[in-house]
Amino acid sequence: MVTVSMTVNGRQVSKEVEDRRLLVDFLREDLGLTGTHVGCDTSQCGACVVHLDGKAVKSCTMLAAQADGASVKTIEGLADGAELHPLQAAFKEHHGLQCGFCTPGMIMSGADIIARHGSDLDEATVRLELEGNICRCTGYHNIVKAILAAAGEMGGGMKQAAE
Amino acid sequence: MYSLSYRRASSVEEARRLFKEASDAAYLAGGHTLLPAMKQRLAAHDVLVDLGAIADMKGIGVSGDGLTIGGGVTHAEVAGSQEVKGAIPSLAALAGSIGDAQVRHRGTLGGSIANNDPAADYPAAALALAATIRTDGREIAADDFFTALYETALEEGEIVTGVSFRIPETAGYAKFRNPASRYPMAGVFVARHKDGTVRVAVTGAGNEGVFRWSEAEQALSGNFAAEALAGLSVDPDMMMGDIHGSPEYRANLVAVMARRALGSLGSAEAII
Amino acid sequence: MSVEGIGARVARKEDKRFITGQGRYVDDMSVPGMKHAAFVRSPHAHARVGAINAEAARAMPGVVAVLTGAEMAADGIGNLICGWMIHSKDGSPMNMGAWPALASETVRFVGQAVAVVIAETKSQARDAAEAVEVEWEELPAVSDVLGAIAEGAPQIHPEAPGNLIYDWEIGTKDEVEKAFGEAAHVTRMDLTNNRLIPNAMEPRAALARYDAADDHFTLWTTSQNPHTARLVLSAFYNVAPEHKLRVVAPDVGGGFGSKIYIYPEEITCLWAAKKTGVPVKWTGDRSEAFLTDAHGRDHVTVAEMAFDANNRITAFKIDTIANFGAYMSLFSSAVPTYLYATLLSGQYDIPLIHCNVRAVYTNTAPVDAYRGAGRPEATFVVERMMETAARELSVSPAELRRTNFIREFPHQTPVIMLYDAGDYEASLNAALEASDYAGFAARKAEAQRRGRLRGIGISCYIEACGIAPSKAVGSLGAGVGLWESAEVRVNPVGTIEVLTGSHSHGQGHETTFAQLVASRLGVPLDNIAIVHGDTDSVQFGMGTYGSRSGAVGMSAISRAIDKVEAKAKKIAAHLLEASEGDIEIADGEVRVAGTDKKLGWHEVCLAAYTGHNLPDGMEPGLKEGAFYDPANFTFPAGAYVCEVEIDPETGHTDIVQFVAADDFGRIINPMIVEGQVHGGIAQGIGQALLEGCVYDEGGQLITATYNDYAMPRAHDLPSFRVSTTETICPSNPLGIKGCGEAGAIGSPPAVINAITDAIGNNDLSMPATPEKVWRALHAAGGGLREAAE
Ligand SMILES: Cc1cc2nc3c(=O)[nH]c(=O)nc-3n(C[C@H](O)[C@H](O)[C@H](O)COP(=O)(O)OP(=O)(O)OC[C@H]3O[C@@H](n4cnc5c(N)ncnc54)[C@H](O)[C@@H]3O)c2cc1C
Ligand code: FES
Ligand code: FES
Repeated sequence: MVTVSMTVNGRQVSKEVEDRRLLVDFLREDLGLTGTHVGCDTSQCGACVVHLDGKAVKSCTMLAAQADGASVKTIEGLADGAELHPLQAAFKEHHGLQCGFCTPGMIMSGADIIARHGSDLDEATVRLELEGNICRCTGYHNIVKAILAAAGEMGGGMKQAAE
Repeated sequence: MYSLSYRRASSVEEARRLFKEASDAAYLAGGHTLLPAMKQRLAAHDVLVDLGAIADMKGIGVSGDGLTIGGGVTHAEVAGSQEVKGAIPSLAALAGSIGDAQVRHRGTLGGSIANNDPAADYPAAALALAATIRTDGREIAADDFFTALYETALEEGEIVTGVSFRIPETAGYAKFRNPASRYPMAGVFVARHKDGTVRVAVTGAGNEGVFRWSEAEQALSGNFAAEALAGLSVDPDMMMGDIHGSPEYRANLVAVMARRALGSLGSAEAII
Repeated sequence: MSVEGIGARVARKEDKRFITGQGRYVDDMSVPGMKHAAFVRSPHAHARVGAINAEAARAMPGVVAVLTGAEMAADGIGNLICGWMIHSKDGSPMNMGAWPALASETVRFVGQAVAVVIAETKSQARDAAEAVEVEWEELPAVSDVLGAIAEGAPQIHPEAPGNLIYDWEIGTKDEVEKAFGEAAHVTRMDLTNNRLIPNAMEPRAALARYDAADDHFTLWTTSQNPHTARLVLSAFYNVAPEHKLRVVAPDVGGGFGSKIYIYPEEITCLWAAKKTGVPVKWTGDRSEAFLTDAHGRDHVTVAEMAFDANNRITAFKIDTIANFGAYMSLFSSAVPTYLYATLLSGQYDIPLIHCNVRAVYTNTAPVDAYRGAGRPEATFVVERMMETAARELSVSPAELRRTNFIREFPHQTPVIMLYDAGDYEASLNAALEASDYAGFAARKAEAQRRGRLRGIGISCYIEACGIAPSKAVGSLGAGVGLWESAEVRVNPVGTIEVLTGSHSHGQGHETTFAQLVASRLGVPLDNIAIVHGDTDSVQFGMGTYGSRSGAVGMSAISRAIDKVEAKAKKIAAHLLEASEGDIEIADGEVRVAGTDKKLGWHEVCLAAYTGHNLPDGMEPGLKEGAFYDPANFTFPAGAYVCEVEIDPETGHTDIVQFVAADDFGRIINPMIVEGQVHGGIAQGIGQALLEGCVYDEGGQLITATYNDYAMPRAHDLPSFRVSTTETICPSNPLGIKGCGEAGAIGSPPAVINAITDAIGNNDLSMPATPEKVWRALHAAGGGLREAAE
């Protein structure tokens, strides 16, 4: 067993877990943050994407112990209180989700894409950048649209903030 | 995943020691090869020694004709590095084309080199850029490093602390992705070095892993351009075959990607 | 069109919980005392199960129990069944082999479960499952249909000699043969419809609890149809009687057919929960999904089409062999018969059709309905034939289709279906225009200058949806009726709950169903809640598949609203001292037409519940239910145009444009309908270009992870250009046809028609991988050089 401590959505947490505990299971089962999903066992689908120290990572492909001391943000921590993050709002407005299972990972990846590229995103870039996120419902059409819309709305400010 | 013990090392020496103390340890770098295999119970280790906190394995630096990148540097860091883009743009391009954004945030140069997946990208760059693999005990020329599929010259417990790439006069990388896994089905790195030598390395296609395509190197020594490769092809008997591509098809891809790599010289965007 | 009612582009009410991470999927649930299940699965495609030694496993940390098939059989748990009876042409019933949830004698596909371990944690359960020792006696296996029906093939079930489940036919063979004798032209093709793995992103899961005090079970499961699950679990599997079993399908992460069926894992969890006295949860991982979810498609077909001298089709004959895998899944038998052969007339006036279908066992995962189910297979056959015939006859593909379109409705096809309404020319015209079909030659020439081969392909599909009149499906062998139920519960304050037997796992029912109610009763969307997915709250229902929730599910709601409306009008007429016929309900008011006499909607509702002043003899309350049984199938149809560019050196295909023009009848929410089409097209393009399930000869699954099974990613696809034309469906009160499957049905032949057009070689199977395209190009010769020049 190891003790892992980290900041999750701004809250300091500390738990004793099995060494083999994956970060995703730590979030889902030990912290009850079930918004982060598991869609595959080969690290390809992206349903589990969270931000680790500000970068999108697949939480199914990290031990919780590796995240010891880090700061993690999950879908539950993205909104600013009752105010949706612009990307969350854009997913709703543009119908970027159907069954919702890939959605948390898509939104967390989308936020990372916007943070890295700022508002000068184009469709081709968004599509390439979504390589690590699989959606079976939407055909990606409205996901791409939502990310582009949010990027436009968030302007260049986001890029600066991330730097 | 089977039960295991996790140890975080803060120095290369500590990592070595922790490794030695265990009966069947493995180093854990980005974990993007090791953990998927362990999750599927295809691999088991009693101890994982995490190299992620070793500061000495993190830097990127240019000195003279060499670009040295720490073994713990992630693909995203290489892709985004101004130093890499300045010295060897096509290496940044290669790093930026590995897997997906999340994989690039975690996966490391050292892990990729040490693993020597026959479909990995970095080994092609290492061979074509006449790299020197630096370990905690020695330096190994890339030509001697990649010994067989998933096999390297590393000894039990040896750590790749960094890789020094020779800065070429110009280089290019092009690959064709496997439609399912998105690893290269054929990736070709071409480089003309400052002494005039040409190196062409091929990954993803060969049935013994990454290899140098000497006929292409010869053809390109006189004329470093796509037309010099006209009519040249690799022997399908030396290529891998699977449901995604037969040996003949991969042989074709190698020739095509080699020509395209020559069309991408000096670009920080990989041709995919 | 109001801002919230029918036809409005309303953002989904259900989205908030999903975008904030508050969705509740089965694996997100836990109940006190819950333990975890892991299955011991066969590594062999065909083997006799010998002794199972679980001693070591039982002694491992955290293990609660190890249970086997023998124990399950001893407890009287029944075998899994296929619920649709098909008779062979010789009159004999289909040959169904026994499928126990945990095999105790023979396993017939890799991944079939033989035992289950229940332990404190998931990891411990898996550790112990690996420690269960099974003595396997391997048997010869066969994985492809042609091998399975060959002389001397391994016999898979004793009940099915020669591995043949049925040999069925539809249509008039002799007349068809005669027409072929008189044909001016015959087009003949060998076609395969590649096997697919559904891959809903949420893996299947089940959580079962048994309350001994009440002798009552609860099952939370990833189901598209919780009531059918309960019915089958009770009536056939003897797990628990219906009134002692509650089935809940909460948020479900996609289904596409694969979550219609009741699988061994759910049965086992329920049984194990009682046996061990602890709640049991199983969450499949993706690898288990690949091995055990019902796969889709997998047909081998020979088709021949006869034309007269005017290019009119005179007869069509089709011979299909369908791979059913190792067991007959719940609806499997209906897929290649009544969902496939009955659609082989396409959009065309074909006087004579004959189709023969043989269903065959193989040592592979069971095959059942996957998005489109039978209709994509039919469309692929018809539309590849039409395109090919046009090439052979040297007429434009659009022209050949126009020549043969059905133009008068209703139209009786020779294969059962009575098409009620449509305008095929309209959708074809819309698609051709949107795709600038006329400008294609210039685009092709421009591509050629860039060294790329450009091609264009059309597909005009039809599907039968909304399945269907219960009487009709009953006469065709269905074990259940296919109506839908609804209850509209108006609360005393005027807010409304709609209880529906449909189930949403991405379709947006919480929004569209509410839009219908808002339109009809003038109540704001925020005051309407849609309740579904729980057998304790909803009366009964048949669930969501076959694009039936709009046409059938909403029609049921509409019927219940009729009754609510009638009663509300009676009450209002009484209160306002007006005649019932003059009362109208709109905008939150109930008024007497043409006067200023009115009541608020809430006042009428309150009156219904206080009962202080109701018409004589009227029961208090305002709650009505309806069971709606459709009058006919519905027939969505449309035209798709795909444009591709091929890299001649690698064979890589880029979809550069994809246009869809669909006729779905009346549309409730265009944004949601477009989303359904996008997703369907992506799956269809996936089938055409990327996805193909591969077993090796010995029955080992080669495409067992995303490393080998190619899922469509964002950059494999373009943005789609979708539009609709509209002919109202006369068969249901709302005029809805259904839109859930169209994209997956119509798109594969459009893609293959486009690629074969680009490369000048018609011999190309799905998935059209880069290598296949490259080879076809070489076989055609010249393509490469032509492009390079
Ligand atoms: C979805 C996905 C897609 C991918 N696509 C690609 C792709 O397109 N191209 C590509 O090249 N790769 C791809 N990868 C692999 C990725 O690049 C890996 O991260 C990389 O190969 C291994 O690096 P790592 O740091 O993750 O190593 P780990 O997984 O941590 O380790 C890999 C192996 O190397 C050993 N090791 C690690 N570091 C060292 C060291 N410094 N010294 C000695 N031994 C060490 C470990 O013990 C282990 O045996 C993909 C991975 C995933 C999950
Ligand atoms: S669950 Fe992490 S990538 Fe699929
Ligand atoms: S919305 Fe269902 S998987 Fe993306």
